[in-house]
Amino acid sequence: MGTASDIKLIDENGLRIDGRSPTELRPIKIETDVLDRADGSAFIEWGGNKILVAVYGPREAYPKHTQDIEKAIIKARYNMAAFSVDERKRPGPDRRSIEISKVISEALSNAVMVEQFPRAQIDVFIEVLQADAGTRIAGLTAASVALASAGIPMRDLVVGCAAGKVDGQIVLDLGKEEDNFGEADLPMGILAKSGKVVLMQMDGDLSAEEFDKATELILDAVKRINEIQREALAGKFVSLALERGGE
Amino acid sequence: MPRDEAGVLSEIKRDYIIKKIKEGKRDDGRGLTDFREITIQKNYVPRAAGSAFVNLGRTKIVAGVKIEAGEPFPDTPNQGVLTTNVELLPMAFPTFEAGPPNENSIEIARVVDRGIRESKMIDLEKLVVEPGKKVYIVFVDINVIDYDGNLIDACTLGVLSALKSAIVPASKEGGKDFPLPIRTLPVSVTMVKIGDELVVDPSVEEEQLSSARITVTTGEDGHLKAMQKGDSGSFTLDEIRKAIKISSDTGKLIREKHLQ
Amino acid sequence: MAETKQIVMPGDLLDPSLGKPRNGAYKCGENQFCSSYFGIVQVSDQFVDVVPFSGPYYPRRGDKVIGKVIEVGPSMWIVDINSPYSTLLHMNDTPWRTQSGDIKKYLGPGDYVYAKVMSLNEIKESWITLKDVGLRKLEGGHITSVPAPKVPRIIGKGGSMVNMIKDATETRIVVGQNGLIWIDGTPDNVMIAIKAVKMVEKEAHTTGLTDRIQNYLKELKGE
Repeated sequence: MGTASDIKLIDENGLRIDGRSPTELRPIKIETDVLDRADGSAFIEWGGNKILVAVYGPREAYPKHTQDIEKAIIKARYNMAAFSVDERKRPGPDRRSIEISKVISEALSNAVMVEQFPRAQIDVFIEVLQADAGTRIAGLTAASVALASAGIPMRDLVVGCAAGKVDGQIVLDLGKEEDNFGEADLPMGILAKSGKVVLMQMDGDLSAEEFDKATELILDAVKRINEIQREALAGKFVSLALERGGE
Repeated sequence: MPRDEAGVLSEIKRDYIIKKIKEGKRDDGRGLTDFREITIQKNYVPRAAGSAFVNLGRTKIVAGVKIEAGEPFPDTPNQGVLTTNVELLPMAFPTFEAGPPNENSIEIARVVDRGIRESKMIDLEKLVVEPGKKVYIVFVDINVIDYDGNLIDACTLGVLSALKSAIVPASKEGGKDFPLPIRTLPVSVTMVKIGDELVVDPSVEEEQLSSARITVTTGEDGHLKAMQKGDSGSFTLDEIRKAIKISSDTGKLIREKHLQ
Repeated sequence: MAETKQIVMPGDLLDPSLGKPRNGAYKCGENQFCSSYFGIVQVSDQFVDVVPFSGPYYPRRGDKVIGKVIEVGPSMWIVDINSPYSTLLHMNDTPWRTQSGDIKKYLGPGDYVYAKVMSLNEIKESWITLKDVGLRKLEGGHITSVPAPKVPRIIGKGGSMVNMIKDATETRIVVGQNGLIWIDGTPDNVMIAIKAVKMVEKEAHTTGLTDRIQNYLKELKGE
C-alpha cells in the first residue's frame, strides 16, 4: 500500500472518490473472441483497466524438459504495456509481473483439467494496455473466459475480485487512488461455483474481523462478475440464434 | 515453492506421511502447528551492516544487510528505500541452478519484503540524508544454502534479525552511525495443505505432498500485514480463517522466544 | 423460431433427467455431473454430451484425419494433425515400397495426407496409417480448417451437409475428423465451398441450418 496522505477517500455521505458506494464494483465489460489467431481470447474493461488475453494451446510443451508427463503446464504471462501507466514502464518482465504471472498460472491450473493434456502447455498471454488498479484480478477474470472460449476443459470459471481498506473502511474493488493511498488490498481469485480460493494476496493492515468483512464483499461480487463472464461467453451465440429466429 | 524431481518420494513414504497427518502427527514427531527448532546466530557476517544465520530445522539461510546512500524513488522523496533479494544457491538443493532469479526466488523475496514493508517495520522516514536527493538504501540479501522446506519463514526470520542489529553508516555522510530504526516485528507463518489438514512449517517432503500453500504475516498488533496463497491447490475461506488464527498465535510465540 | 440448444459453462450442473452424462462432463458431487466445457448440451439415445464450441482435436482410434508432414526421419514422418500433439507415420504403414533413408521422395515437409489413427497411448503419443481404402497423399486442392467439435455439423446427418456443398459446387471434398478439410475443383467453386463451410462453422449450434446453407450456396453462385 502507498503512503499515508491527507486525501480524503470517503466523503461525509459515505461515497468514494469516484462516487461509488463501499460495496459497488466499477463497470465491467468483457468481450470474447477478439483476436483472430489465438485459440481463445477475451478483452476486459474494468474501470479504467483495458486488458487483452490470448490463449494458445494446449500444444506440446517446449523446451522438452519442461514437459510434465502427468499434466499440462499453464504458462500465464502477465505483461504491462510501456504506455499502460502514467510514467512509461520499461518493457519486459519485472519482478512484480513475474510474481503475478506465477500466482495467476497457479490459480488457472486449479480450474483447467490439466491432467487431460500430459506433456502439453497452455499459454495465457495477459497484456495490460491500460492499468487502473486491480489489473491482476481483471486479467485473471478475462483469462478464465478466454480459456473457456478456447474450448479447454475446466471444472469451473475463475473470478478475480479485490477488496481493501480505505479511510478505515472495508470497500470493494479499489480504484487507483484507493490503491495508492488506501490501507490494505486483498486481491482474490475464487472458483465461481464452489467458492474456493485459488488466488490470494494481501498487503497493508487488516484485522481478522476486517478480513471477514472483505471476503464477504468479495464473495457477493463474485456472483455479479461471474454473470458478466457468462454473458460474454454465451451472448454471441444467443444473439445469433435470435437473429436467425425470424426466418 | 520448489518441488523437484530430486526429492521424489516413494509411494510408501508418501502414504505414510499422509496417514500420520490425518491423525494429527508428523514424521518428525511434531504436531501439525509446531515449528521445527529455530536457531538464529546474529551478526554472523560482521562485514555486513547487519546479518544473521538461521537454522529452521535443516533449512539454512544467511541474511545480510548493506546500507548505502543513494537516490530516493521520485514518488517517495522523504523516505529511505528497502530492496529484498533471495538467491537459491545451487549448493542448497540438487535441482537449484545458478543464474538470474527465477519465479520461485522472486516470489519468496517479494512475500518476505511485503511483510517487512507493510508492517512498517523500518522507519524509512528516518533514513533521509537530504530530502528528494539522498536517502539510505537498505539492501537485504538472503542466501539459501540448505533447503529443507519453508524458505519464506526462514528468510523472514533471518531478515528480522539482520535488520534488528543493523547499523546505518551515517559517518560516511558526515553524521554519526546509528542503529537502523525498527518499529515493530512482523512474523510470517507458512502452512501447506495436505489432504484436508493445514501443516505449519513444512519440510521439503511435506511441500511435495501438499496441494496449496499459504503464508500469513502478522504484526505485533495481531493484524494481518501480508498474505500469499501459492501452488495450484485451493483453500476454503474457513481454512484461510484457520490459517490466520494459527499465524497470529504462532507468530506471537516466535516473536517472544526468538526475536527479543 | 430457431431454437438454440442449451448453452452451458464449465462447472454448470447437468440436468440428470436428460440422460446419462458421457462426453464433456465430470463428476462434481454425489450423483452429480457438471459440464467441463463452454458448449452446448446434446442428448442422443439415453446419453448427454457437452460439445464445446471450439477446442483442440483429440485423436481417437479409427478416426480419419488430414495431417501435414512437418518432419521427415529415416523411417518415419512426423505429422501435424491439428491436435496438441503431433503424430507419427511409419514407412511400413504406407502403401509404398519404401526403404529406410529414402522416404522423403514419397512425402516431404508440407505435404498433406488423409490417414487413419491406428493407435495411441496414455501419454498421447499416436500413430497413423495410410493402409486402408481411400487413405492417401492429398495432391492439389486447398486445405481449410474448422474447430474439430464442429466437424459433425460440416458432415451433416449421413453426410447430407457436405454432399450438398459438393453437389452445388462440383468439388471434391474430404473432411478429416480433426477439422482439416481438403477441397478440390475449379478455383471459383473451391472459394464458394470454403465460404459455405465457414458459414456452417459459424452457425453450427443453430437449427434449420441445412436450408440456410442451401440458400446461401444459391446466392453465392448467383442463382
